[in-house]
Amino acid sequence: MQFFIEVLIGGLLSGVMYALVALGFVLIYKASGVFNFAQGAMVFFAALTFVGFKEMLAKHLGMDADSSMVFWLSFLLAFISMIVLGIATERIVLRPLVNQPHITLFMATIGLTYVIEGLAQMAWGANVRGLDLGIVDEPIAWLMDNYEIGVSKFDLFAAGVAASLVGLLALLFQYTKVGRALRAVADDHQAALSIGIPLQTIWRVVWAVAGFVALVAGMIWGARNGVQFALTFTALKALPVLILGGFTSVPGAIVGGLIIGASEKLAEVYVGPFVGGGIEGWFPYMLALAFLLVRPEGLFGEKHIDRV
Amino acid sequence: MLYREAGQFKATYAEDSQIFPIRQDKIGFWLLMLVFGAAVPLLANEYWLKAILIPVLIFSLAAIGLNILTGYAGQLSLGSAAFMAVGAFAAYNFILRIEGMPFLVALVLAGLTAALVGILFGLPSLRIKGFYLAVATLAAQFFIVWALVKFPWFSNNSSSGVVTAQDVTILGYTFATPEAKYVLTFLIVAFMALLAKNMVRSSTGRAWMAVRDMDVAAQVIGFRLMRTKLLAFAVSSFYCGVAGALYAYTYIGTVEPEGFNLDLSFKILFMIIIGGVGSIMGSFLGAAFIVLLPIFLDNLVPAIFGDSLGAGFVSNFQLIVFGGLIIFFLIVEPHGLARLWQIAKEKLRLWPFPH
Amino acid sequence: MARQIGDVIVDLQNISLRFGGVKALTDISFNVKEHEIRSIIGPNGAGKSSMLNVINGVYHPQEGQIFFKGALRPKMEPHEAAEQGIARTFQNIALFKGMTVLDNIMTGRNLKMKCNFLQHALYWGAAQKEEIAHRIKVEEVIEFLEIQDIRKTPVGRLPYGLQKRVELARALAAEPHILLLDEPMAGMNVEEKQDMCRFVLDVNDHYGTTIVLIEHDMGVVMDISDRVVVLDYGKKIGDGVPEDVKNNPEVIKAYLGTSH
Repeated sequence: MQFFIEVLIGGLLSGVMYALVALGFVLIYKASGVFNFAQGAMVFFAALTFVGFKEMLAKHLGMDADSSMVFWLSFLLAFISMIVLGIATERIVLRPLVNQPHITLFMATIGLTYVIEGLAQMAWGANVRGLDLGIVDEPIAWLMDNYEIGVSKFDLFAAGVAASLVGLLALLFQYTKVGRALRAVADDHQAALSIGIPLQTIWRVVWAVAGFVALVAGMIWGARNGVQFALTFTALKALPVLILGGFTSVPGAIVGGLIIGASEKLAEVYVGPFVGGGIEGWFPYMLALAFLLVRPEGLFGEKHIDRV
Repeated sequence: MLYREAGQFKATYAEDSQIFPIRQDKIGFWLLMLVFGAAVPLLANEYWLKAILIPVLIFSLAAIGLNILTGYAGQLSLGSAAFMAVGAFAAYNFILRIEGMPFLVALVLAGLTAALVGILFGLPSLRIKGFYLAVATLAAQFFIVWALVKFPWFSNNSSSGVVTAQDVTILGYTFATPEAKYVLTFLIVAFMALLAKNMVRSSTGRAWMAVRDMDVAAQVIGFRLMRTKLLAFAVSSFYCGVAGALYAYTYIGTVEPEGFNLDLSFKILFMIIIGGVGSIMGSFLGAAFIVLLPIFLDNLVPAIFGDSLGAGFVSNFQLIVFGGLIIFFLIVEPHGLARLWQIAKEKLRLWPFPH
Repeated sequence: MARQIGDVIVDLQNISLRFGGVKALTDISFNVKEHEIRSIIGPNGAGKSSMLNVINGVYHPQEGQIFFKGALRPKMEPHEAAEQGIARTFQNIALFKGMTVLDNIMTGRNLKMKCNFLQHALYWGAAQKEEIAHRIKVEEVIEFLEIQDIRKTPVGRLPYGLQKRVELARALAAEPHILLLDEPMAGMNVEEKQDMCRFVLDVNDHYGTTIVLIEHDMGVVMDISDRVVVLDYGKKIGDGVPEDVKNNPEVIKAYLGTSH
C-alpha cells in the first residue's frame, strides 16, 4: 500500500509539471485559437536560454554561477528573450495567417517548432546542461519517518510553484483589464475588435505570458532531467493532458495533468513489467485516445454543436 | 506560344475527363516517364540513384499516402512514419516466415497490414477532428515504434529491433544493383501514383473531399462518414506501408523502428505542405524538395560561411530553414509548389499575348 | 395544373427539440403531401432550419414521431435520409469549397454510383462507364439550371447567387423525392429571385418533386406555396393555404411584432 501511495503521489506531482506546460497551450489557445504545437520547443528554448545566460554572465562578470544575482539576472534576460520570441511570432507567423483555418495555424506552429529548436541550439549549443535550483531531490524526512512514504522535496516544490502560477494566472484572467480583454478575444475575435480591444497587443501579451510559463516549466523540468533536447518530448506529453482536460479550460489542464501523471506512473509500475516496460512514452496518448472515444470534448471542454 | 489548347476539342465526356486533357501535357508527361524510366537508370551514377532518386520516389509514395488522408480527406495525421514502419516490418516478416513468398505479394500484404493498423488508429476520427485528431495520431506514432522495439518477434529477435532486408527477387531475377532497384521502385511508385490519381478523380475522391470541406453537408448528400474516413485511413496507410517496405528493401537495406520516428512523420507532412496539399503531383514535388534541400544546404553553407562552423551549425541551420519554409509556404502559397506550377501553366497558356 | 397533390408523405407529430436548456421546437405537428410545395415561414430564430434538420436526420428530436410514407421512421442518420430520397440545400451555403462546380454536382449522384474504390483506382471499364453515365445526368441538371459556363470553376470563386444555384443543382442531381430548401432566395436581387422561383416551380412541375421551402420573401411564399406552416419561438402558430395564413390574427401579430 505504501508503495502504491508513493507511486501515486510521485505521479501526481510530475503531473503538476505536465499541467504547467499544458497551461501555456491553454493560454494561447484561449486567446488566439491557435493550437501552439511549439509550446514544447518554447520550454526547451527558455530553459536553454536561462542556462546559457547563466554561464555567460558568470564567465563575463567573473561571478559565481550559483550566486542569486546571476540567477535572477539570467531569469530576467531569459524572460526578455521569451517576450521577444513571442512578439516576433505574433508579427511574423500569426499576423499574416489571421483568419486562416485553425489547422493551417497548427501546421505553422509545427514549422515554428523547428525554427525555435534550431535557434536555441544555434545560440547555446546542443550539449546537455545541468541546472541547479538549490532544492535537493530527496524524500521529505518527516513523511519518511512517520509513514514510510517517500515524497521528493523537489517534486513538492515544483507542485507548489505550479500551483501558485496557476493561481496567479487565474487572478490575472478574472480581475485585470487585460484579463477581461483576453476573455473577450477568446470568445469572439471580431466582436472584441469592434469594441476597440487591440487584438495584436493582446496576442503579444498572451505569448509573453506563455513564454513566462514555458520558462518556469523549462527550469523545473531542466533541473529534474537536465536541459536537453529530450525536453521537447516531455513537453509533448502536455498534448494528451489537453485532450483530457479540454483545450479551453485552465482547471482542465491541471486535472488532466494530474490524471496523466498519476496514471502513467501507475501503469509503468504495475503494467510495464508485463510488456517489457517503457510504456510511459505512449501510455498518455493511448489513454487520451481511449478517452476521446467516450468524451470528445474533454473533461471540462464545452460540447460543440454544429449549426447548419 | 507552343502551349495552347486552342483547336483541341473534346467531343465526348471520356475525353473531357482525362488526367491530361491538353495534348502538350500528355506529351510532356510521357517524355518525363521516358526520361525517368529509361534514360535516368542508364545515365545516372550510383550516388544519384541511391542518395537522391530512390528516396525521392519512396517519399513521394509516402507523401501521396499522407496527401490522401490529409489533403483529400482532411484528416491531419502526425503518424505517417509509424505506418511506414508497419509496412517495412510486415514485409520483412512475411518474407522471413513464409517460404517462397513472392516479393510483390509481400509488398501488397505489407500494405494491407499497415491499412489494418491504420483503420484501428483511424477510429477516433469518427468522433474528433482537427488537431484533436492530430494528437490522437501521435498515439500511433509512439505506440507502434515502441511495440516494434519491445516485442523481439517483429525483428526476429535481433537486438534493438534492427533488421536487414532480404534480397529482392522477382521471378528468379534478383534486384541487386542500384539501377535495378531504381527501376523497380520507379515502376511500383508510378503505378501506385496512377491508382491514387484515379481514385481522387472519381467518386471515392469526391467523397473524401466532401467530408474534408463540409462533413455535415457530405452526410446530408448521402456519404457515410465512417466508411469514407476509414477508407481514407486504410488507403493512406496502405500507401505509407508500401513506401515503408520499399524504404527497407530498395533504399536503406537495414532498418530499425527508431528510424521511423516523429521527425520522419513531420518530414512527410512538410513534403505535402510544400509540394501541395491535395495534389498527387505535389507529393512528388514536395518529396524532391525535402530530399534535395539538406543536400543543397550541406554544400551551400560551408561555401558561404566557411568550414569553421561545424556540423552542428549546419544541422541547426537546416532546422530553421525547414521550419521557416513551412511557415513561408503556409503564408504565401498554402497550395504549395503544385499550385505555382499550375499558375505558371495558366500564364504560359496566354503567353506571349496576354490579352 | 398538371401535377396532382398526393397522399401525406412526411407526417411530423408532436416534435420537440432541445439543445441543453434551450427549446428550439415545442410540440410541433404538421405534414407534407406528395408533389406539393410546402413552405415554412416565421421570424428569425423561430426554429425553421431546425425543423428541416429534424426532417433529414441532422437533429434528433427528444420527443415526437416522424412518419415517412406512412411508416414510423426510426431515429435515422442524414445519409439514411438521403437514401430515402430526401435532398436539401442550406441557409449558409454548404458547398464543397475546394471542388469545382462539376465535382460538387457529381457528389449529388453518389448514392446512385455502385463502383467501389478498387474499381475507381483502376478507372477502367465499369468505373469509367459509370462516371460518364452519371456525368450525362449531371449535364442535364447543369443545362436545366443554366450554369454550363461555370462547370469547371472552383465554387469558392463564384458569386453568392450562383453558389446558391449550384447547391440546388447538387441536390437535384440526386433526383430526390423530397427537396428541402432553406432560404434559397436569401440575399438575391429581384432578377435572381425570379430565376430561382422559376427553377423551383419547374422542378416541382417537371419531376413532381415534393418541396419543403423556408423563405422570408412573403410575396414569393404566398405565390408559389400550396400550403404554409408558420412558426414562432419554436411553436406552430398557423397552418393552411396561403390565404388562410395571411389572415390568421396570430400570424399577423407575430410578424408585426405586437407585444406578447
